[in-house]
Amino acid sequence: MKKIAVIGGGIAGLEVSRLLLQEGLPVTLIEKGSRLGGNLRNYAHLFPDFTPSDEILGNYRFLPSNSDLQLLMNTQIESIDFSTQPYTLHSKDGIAIPADPLIIATGYQVFDAKLKEEFGYGIYDGVITSVELEKMIKQHHIVTPYGKIPRRIAFIHCVGSRDAKVGNSYCSRLCCITAIKQAIETKKLLPETEIFCFYIDLRMYGLTFEELYLNAQKEYNIQFVRGRLSETSEMIDKRLIIKAEDTLIGRPLQMKADMLVLMVGMEASDFSKQFAYHNGLEIGDHGFFQPLNQFNARSKSQKEGIFFAGTSIGPMSVAETIEHARAAALSAISYLKDKEY
Amino acid sequence: MIREPNFQYPFLIGTIFLFAYLIVRIILWYIELSKYDKLRFIHFWKTKSVWAALKDAIADGLLHSSIFKKNLLLGYMHMSLAFGWFLLIVIGHLEVMVDRRSLNFPFYYAVFYRYYQPHPDFAGARVFGALMDLLLLIILSGVALAILKRIKKQIFGMKRTTKLKPFDKIALTSLWLIFPLRLLAESLSAAYYHNGSFMSNTLGAWFIQNVRVSAIYDLSWWLYSCSIGFFFIALPFSRYMHIPTEIVFIFLRHAGIMPKKYWNSYAQIQMYSCSRCGICLDACQLYEAGVSNVQSVYFLQYIRNNENVDKSLFGCLICGRCQEACPVHINLNDLRTALRIKASKPLTFSYGYTQMALQQKTDIIYFAGCMTHLTPPIKFSMARIFNFLGEKVWYMDEDKSICCGGPLMLAGQYDSASQLIQKNTELIMASGAKTLILSCPICYKAFREDYVLPGISIKFHAVYLNDMIRQGRLPKINLGFKTIYHDPCALGRGSKIYDEPRYVIDSYSQRMRLKKEKAEALCCGAGLGGINLPIETKNKVTFEAMTYFARFKPNVLITACPLCKKTFARDRRIPVIDIAELTARAIDEYVNEQKKSVREARLIES
Repeated sequence: MKKIAVIGGGIAGLEVSRLLLQEGLPVTLIEKGSRLGGNLRNYAHLFPDFTPSDEILGNYRFLPSNSDLQLLMNTQIESIDFSTQPYTLHSKDGIAIPADPLIIATGYQVFDAKLKEEFGYGIYDGVITSVELEKMIKQHHIVTPYGKIPRRIAFIHCVGSRDAKVGNSYCSRLCCITAIKQAIETKKLLPETEIFCFYIDLRMYGLTFEELYLNAQKEYNIQFVRGRLSETSEMIDKRLIIKAEDTLIGRPLQMKADMLVLMVGMEASDFSKQFAYHNGLEIGDHGFFQPLNQFNARSKSQKEGIFFAGTSIGPMSVAETIEHARAAALSAISYLKDKEY
Repeated sequence: MIREPNFQYPFLIGTIFLFAYLIVRIILWYIELSKYDKLRFIHFWKTKSVWAALKDAIADGLLHSSIFKKNLLLGYMHMSLAFGWFLLIVIGHLEVMVDRRSLNFPFYYAVFYRYYQPHPDFAGARVFGALMDLLLLIILSGVALAILKRIKKQIFGMKRTTKLKPFDKIALTSLWLIFPLRLLAESLSAAYYHNGSFMSNTLGAWFIQNVRVSAIYDLSWWLYSCSIGFFFIALPFSRYMHIPTEIVFIFLRHAGIMPKKYWNSYAQIQMYSCSRCGICLDACQLYEAGVSNVQSVYFLQYIRNNENVDKSLFGCLICGRCQEACPVHINLNDLRTALRIKASKPLTFSYGYTQMALQQKTDIIYFAGCMTHLTPPIKFSMARIFNFLGEKVWYMDEDKSICCGGPLMLAGQYDSASQLIQKNTELIMASGAKTLILSCPICYKAFREDYVLPGISIKFHAVYLNDMIRQGRLPKINLGFKTIYHDPCALGRGSKIYDEPRYVIDSYSQRMRLKKEKAEALCCGAGLGGINLPIETKNKVTFEAMTYFARFKPNVLITACPLCKKTFARDRRIPVIDIAELTARAIDEYVNEQKKSVREARLIES
């Protein structure tokens, strides 16, 4: 068996593996599901320039055929044995995998919108998540559950982010710009549809994000309302009524809509949390893995020989994930070099 | 032979100071009570409640029966010190009365009796002597245990004891010293005159052989007197003020005096009644979550010492676990709320929107409340139940909702809360309703305690559901779940509703019994009182509570509070539903079965 182990076959795990293989280092890549590509496969296009996500995934097309890569699909790791040198990973099916070093690229999961019951996800059919909308965009076919073209859509920002009531006080960073991207794409597909975005404040942190936001207003006539949604209800004709407060004018607001898109935030995956809990790895206050420090050791863990790549340590965009994965690969390489001497 | 010594003066000064202080204090407290409370207190002496108060004063103030329930050793420690000392004083005086056959003697004679009476030869002197030695021995065992408790608290069933302030330590030491010094002085007396009993005579015999008794004899009595005098002077300024105050508190409580929304002398009496025993520390879930300065014992200590209380005042979930655990029965939640109201600046929000709600005529009102609006399945389930029962109900806050005022009250916003309360009261009274049904315990508590709604029965949904099951209007059906019931704080400890929800759940599922339930139920961690608590702390409380439930491996966790439901649901280890949802599911199941049996009956016919 090969020595370097990477857990997680999303883009972080793929990028780490790619770089290590490039350096001639053999890698065991472990994926719990049956397909590579992780959460990125759910997206049609990427902000801010609408690059098709398949283009990014395509970079890893030839990776599985590399003879130095041992690919373990449908394999869920349960525990790490720290008493052996190198460490040994044990899978649910009883496979033992040596790991020196181990790179954790277990990614994120989106917030379970059902926990925000008042928004009506899982209760009213017209309420969907941004992940479901992205699938519709991918198929160029946006309709309400009753097969009708929605005449008015409301995007709700910060669902499961910046919300102490659901236990997540942090900002997921990517949902604001994703909402704008999706709103523009929706408008391109359905030019007659009215689109409203309900936000707390817009965090346009990227170099070109602000332009996209202005464009959304000027060219696509997307309307932005500063205020949080308070609750959703349903009319007899299955249309939705949303209650919110417009905090710019300081008044309560009621609006009818055909569809509600919940911009679900990023959370540490249940797998990451369980894995960390059972193996004594350090978890930060927000549930993500805790790197050694926030400045020059963001890919290192508190334990010797264990590294993090990608969104296992917190919300990141695709570009940031790839860069962070490269940093993790570099840390792993220098760790191996230090060991040789 | 009675010599005239001077060592009684420290004791006399201490005693006179203490009694003068207490009399002035109690008069001031009484004057500050409201007019009605004064009337209540005067009337109280004509009622039988006096006997109940007396019984409680003995049971709690002297015997410490509540502490016995927590731990036998801890109870014995408190009882030996309090009741032992009490008996020592009473029997000491009896002894002097019997000896002198008179009631006329200086009250300090009994305290130093072994000095004044070297040759007790009255009838029963030996019995008294033995009794006094025995009592002193019991007290000394209590002191020994108290010292042991500071070193090894686990033996007493406590995980934590209170951190003491320097002044309290001095008072504590002077209290602990009284009894060994008394033993020393009496033993030295016995060394000369053999006027003690089994303990002091034995020790005296040892002293006469090994120590030059004449050199330390007077000194020992001086020290004994000084230790009592010092303790009495320190008492009003230390935690031992709880000893006299608790008795006052017990009598006021039995007189029917209730805590108010503002800080008054009754609140102050309760504050002084805290003995800082530290039993509340173990009850507090925040301790496990890493918060160790907001617990009731410290919070009361901060107010007494006029320290900044902002953090401990608003950094508490007001779950009431400490109040249930408190052996003195202090109304800790009410004290905190009263202080929050005192500490809060009025809000400048406009409640103009409250004018918009419409009035309706109805028999039954259902008030869902904000939190039920945020958990729509509970609201739908209530609608399903009302439909099944064929009740016509006014969903009072369906569209334009007004808050019940409970959360504002918990935040100390009395004036704002009162505005909402007034508006809701107008709406409810104008509807002509007989029953008001609530599905949120926070609303229920607010309506019960802060509203005046004559002629209207305020019912929590679980109680209403239980009534309907009892009357046969709702079906009993086993859904085949293994369930756990979680008592919401505002419903259980807050409103003392423990049984009805359990009857309802037992009608539909197999409910498991827990150790931490009813008054000892855990808080979900999202109590609306926890205004200043960081989210991480609350999450830890939730996690620990859920970990406790998960041990029982139930299929479903049932609660009767939308806030608890929402909080526990986040954890995802166990599915969580409200008691209304359980009932609605049972109704659906029942209706389906009815339909099935009708269909089968038709099939047989055809």
